[in-house]
Amino acid sequence: MHPEGIGAPVLRREDRRFLTGRGQYVSDIVLEGELHCAFVRSPHAHARIRGIDSTAALASPGVVAVYTGADMAADRVGPMVPLWQIPGVDGKVMNEPPRWALSRGTARHVGEAVALVVATTRHQALDGAEKVEVDWEPLPATVDVRDAAKEDAPQLHAEAPGNLCVRFQRGTKAPVDEAFARAAHKVSVEIINHRIICAALEPRAVIASASATRGLDGHAVTIWSATQVPHHIRKFVSEQLDLPENAVRVIAPDVGGGFGTKGKHYPEEIVLAWAARKLERPLKWVSTRSEAFVSDYHARDHATHAELALDADGKFLGLRVSTLAAVGAYVSTVGAAVPTTVYTAVLSGPYRIPAIFAEVRATFTNTVPTDAYRGAGRPEACFVLERLVEEAARQTGIDRIELRRRNFIPVGAMPYATPVGPTYDTGDFIRLFERALVLGDYAGFPARRAEAAKKGLIRGFGIAYFVESSGVAPSKYAGMFGARAGFFDSADIRVAADGSLLVMCGTHSHGQAHATTFPQVLASRIGVPLSMIELVEGDTGRVPYGTGTFGSRSMVIAGSAIYMAAEKILVKARKLAAHMLEAAEADIEHKVVNGLGEFRVAGTDRKVTWPEVSRAVTYAHNLPPGMEPVLHENAFFDPTNLTWSNGAQACEVEIDPATGVTRIISYIGVDDIGTVINPMVVDGQVHGAIAQGIGQAMFEEAVYDRESGQLYTGSFMDYTLPRADTLPSFISETDESQPCTHNPLGVKGCGESGTIGAPASITSAMRDALEPFGVTGLEMPFTPNKVWRAIQQAKTKAAA
Amino acid sequence: MGKQVIKLTVNGRLEEVEAPARRLLCDLLRDDLVLTGTKRGCETGTCGACSVMVDGRLVKSCLMLAVQARGSSVTTVEGLAPAGGLSPLQQCFAAHGGLQCGYCTPGFLMAATALLAENPDPTEAQVREALDGNLCRCTGYAGIVASVLAAAEKLRGH
Repeated sequence: MHPEGIGAPVLRREDRRFLTGRGQYVSDIVLEGELHCAFVRSPHAHARIRGIDSTAALASPGVVAVYTGADMAADRVGPMVPLWQIPGVDGKVMNEPPRWALSRGTARHVGEAVALVVATTRHQALDGAEKVEVDWEPLPATVDVRDAAKEDAPQLHAEAPGNLCVRFQRGTKAPVDEAFARAAHKVSVEIINHRIICAALEPRAVIASASATRGLDGHAVTIWSATQVPHHIRKFVSEQLDLPENAVRVIAPDVGGGFGTKGKHYPEEIVLAWAARKLERPLKWVSTRSEAFVSDYHARDHATHAELALDADGKFLGLRVSTLAAVGAYVSTVGAAVPTTVYTAVLSGPYRIPAIFAEVRATFTNTVPTDAYRGAGRPEACFVLERLVEEAARQTGIDRIELRRRNFIPVGAMPYATPVGPTYDTGDFIRLFERALVLGDYAGFPARRAEAAKKGLIRGFGIAYFVESSGVAPSKYAGMFGARAGFFDSADIRVAADGSLLVMCGTHSHGQAHATTFPQVLASRIGVPLSMIELVEGDTGRVPYGTGTFGSRSMVIAGSAIYMAAEKILVKARKLAAHMLEAAEADIEHKVVNGLGEFRVAGTDRKVTWPEVSRAVTYAHNLPPGMEPVLHENAFFDPTNLTWSNGAQACEVEIDPATGVTRIISYIGVDDIGTVINPMVVDGQVHGAIAQGIGQAMFEEAVYDRESGQLYTGSFMDYTLPRADTLPSFISETDESQPCTHNPLGVKGCGESGTIGAPASITSAMRDALEPFGVTGLEMPFTPNKVWRAIQQAKTKAAA
Repeated sequence: MGKQVIKLTVNGRLEEVEAPARRLLCDLLRDDLVLTGTKRGCETGTCGACSVMVDGRLVKSCLMLAVQARGSSVTTVEGLAPAGGLSPLQQCFAAHGGLQCGYCTPGFLMAATALLAENPDPTEAQVREALDGNLCRCTGYAGIVASVLAAAEKLRGH
């Protein structure tokens, strides 16, 4: 055991700079001679640009330049290409209409960037942007995905008839039809999974610096971006500017929350990179919150019809899902993948469902593009499944807890091949489910419900189970679904003469504490204190290969790469230790004793320590024949399967029918994330994920005017986020009994769990509370106004 | 717009800055004095990332003009820690999962400092209420609330 190693609740090593105000986020970085940028954005949901007059803006104090899409076209800057080209039915790939970083001719959502203003100060740039005159010809817009899919809907792109991006299918139809034909019970649900906005607290920000002489750091262009994926940004920018990939350097310094939304390529990155090359001055752009609401990618926005077939005993026979998913005005980086490959892959959830067939129509709408936001496709799938299960319980009269127990995939059935493709390696769903019921004191719920009723309050108990495709990798699978990149990750370890280690990974930490947890893996394996390990991430100039941090992948993929690179280091170190000890290599044992590594001749007290070996191999005074100096190894991990994180979520709500205000009394998450590296960090991830799931269920909703496409919820004053006094404390536990079988650490991703399960568990609790009062059809978010109205309507109906 | 000379004390140091009348206090702190611990998160006073203390009162510095702070004593997150160390509140944030990405952290530290100055023995509900002007998207607040309660206890013990 290592006192600071795997499993130890080590305090976060990164905290000190954040606690003292010394974090370095993009907006904190000041470059010599920098100019400031502001964007002119479309006020219309759909409009043709007849012309742009920059005269007044150019005359505005401090304004240095104004650029439009035409200027970028003249320089042949390439389009914003999605990372995934999703294969649709009948061998057709998705429609991928060109998307330009600055509009060329037509804007298709409120907030689309149409011009860049560069000025000496930020306020001068913002003032200049006000003075750019755009001659707009407004066009009819289609905003709601159910409208956009209709035949007579306004069309967004000539390349995409019917506003169809892609029609995607998964599973096999015939067995599902057959299951429904022989079913004793059939249930169906109509679901709106509403649009939400991530709202990381740090608004996006970009700095770009370039010079023809490559003066700054030898790169043609260097970009600092508040991104989770510097390597993807390097790829996109180099392709758009037609530069060699290694001529572009992308640095992601401290990033103030990512949640998937910052894991994508945005127009501002390429616009600033291009303009910095034209002006040969560093350019900086920091998003305002109001432009973040109309330019950060949104999420969810599904309309789904789903049906479940059951036999007489309540065993699931078949599942049929039909979903309309809004991709927004354009296909963004991962936008088309989320509602297709990602969503449909987890439609079996924790249940044994012999036949599943899903069809998704990803559809263009005159809104901000949607893309991955924490959970990304998995919350939508969990919600569909859990709603069907609860509906089935209601319709068949089988208790909802019992119905789930009858249908969970038992631990003995693992590995389990689902009918939608994935094979789960491990998972003991029933065990975690029962544990959540114990932690939530389900047995005592009727008494608490009765007690609350005495005070005129209504209680409900909710439960949900999710399975998450985490540890996003297998490049092989990504390739099958049209990815334009590999999804492995890298670790490069360099050992100094004093035995200290520098580890470089292609991931990025924006709250996940990689500088603590990654070294914990390495410290355990090598046998050094954490203080001897430094981690470098988020800089393509120092870490040449990487994929980034999203999809609960960092520890699974980069952590495993660290483990593998450490193995290579130990192989060489053992050889040298044998040489130093004049023993046979086979007799050398590497052991970690009280956290310190040593190489010992087995069965003797003859040994050399890790620092001694490190010094010997780096000084290279006496190496065995053929051995190169220094310990420096790298590894690339690309697993054979995703990891299948899963968990039970339970909660209890209390509604005041007089006001419609709902209080969450308790929230329980029991997670299987395989091996836990740092329980304190895991708690933080789990809590945060639950909070964001509760956010969607209780408070958050992106509301567009269905006709005009204006976003009503465009600030923190009208888009409600969870706050300290609207959330409960959480009870969270992990169950380590089912480690992952296809990575060396046994870990599964842990970043998204509660965000996936909470919308379903909260909805379960709300319906449990209100259905006895005749309330039906109540949907998220459960705002006081909506709940109060639903209760009043039910009362009126009962009276009539 | 005419430039204004603004004299104020920041973290115990007398500062003199020449700035346009429209300069916000948060911009003066960040851009003129390079105290970038104070964050901009919304510019409408709803996220709390820019919270500072002005003459002992908790203020959202994105809603205050710099000229309004003339002659005042301002404390930012950079002024919380004793030289080379961490304050008891900062130590408790580290020990109880009070932060993840760190962006909201300065604002929460200021809000918690203001709370504990006023009420050294708050209940959990009082802590939650006192922090409801600040947004955190990472922690779900549980760690922050635990940190503040632990700090209150620690400070009372001193």
